[in-house]
Amino acid sequence: MSATTATVRGGMRTSPVAPGRAALDPESQELLQALKSSGRAYDEACVRLHELLLRAARFEVARRRRGLTGAEADMIATEAADDALLAVLRRLDDFRGLSKFTTWAYKFALYEAAVKVRKHAWRDRELPLEPETLGLLHGGTPGPEEDMEMRERLGKIAAAMDDVLTPHQRRVLVALAVNGVPIDVLAERLSTTRGALYKTLHDARVKLRAHMEETT
Amino acid sequence: MEDQNTNELLGRLLGPSGPEIGCDACFEELDRYVELESAGRDADAAVPGLRAHLDGCPACREEHESLLALVSEDQGSGS
Repeated sequence: MSATTATVRGGMRTSPVAPGRAALDPESQELLQALKSSGRAYDEACVRLHELLLRAARFEVARRRRGLTGAEADMIATEAADDALLAVLRRLDDFRGLSKFTTWAYKFALYEAAVKVRKHAWRDRELPLEPETLGLLHGGTPGPEEDMEMRERLGKIAAAMDDVLTPHQRRVLVALAVNGVPIDVLAERLSTTRGALYKTLHDARVKLRAHMEETT
Repeated sequence: MEDQNTNELLGRLLGPSGPEIGCDACFEELDRYVELESAGRDADAAVPGLRAHLDGCPACREEHESLLALVSEDQGSGS
């Protein structure tokens, strides 16, 4: 397989194979080199990296506060930056130089902060795994023609969810797509990963789309 | 409004129709994708399936929006 060709497995593409390290910009090269050194240069580079990650984590927390107090927001941003620092250091060899090093590092802090904010927002909430709104769509009051068409379509999908999905696929689809449970929150409660849950969601959607095409 | 909500629910249930990458691959490619976008280059041609994934995955979409905004802010400040 060529370096840039994505593979398709079960309808989902996997990541392209790394085509080797690209030429780095001077800033990325300097920071990366220091992070791979030891002693004072390493310590100083870690401090610098943590500052960058903390800035990114604060940026994310500020965008998605979801009812956090100032103290909670600070705590989440700091924890996210700490976790991101460990993740970046652990994965330094995975950096391919296809972006600036800071951009690559930022995504770890944004991810950690976003996940923590979502989990915090749902920490005391029951997870709705059954459809709270979908059942209403079988009935309802008549509306404009276009609205009725969409409602009928939704009713067919609701029926198909019972007919063609496995119980697990149905639970995951209902929680994520109908009831708006964040994927990281559901992953934690079901002791699985975001990637595995999204694969379940993807497979459920493929089944539903195929069923809708067959029956319309 | 109700029309829009129903339409959005349909979209969330059926997801994107084109081939898409998964969450793990999205995370791996996100920095490159965002920099290509910021540079006005064809990020979708470079990373096929990522845009469709963002359409189908709200969590990855949020993280993409944030990284794009942060990189843009960096570029704006000249860092």
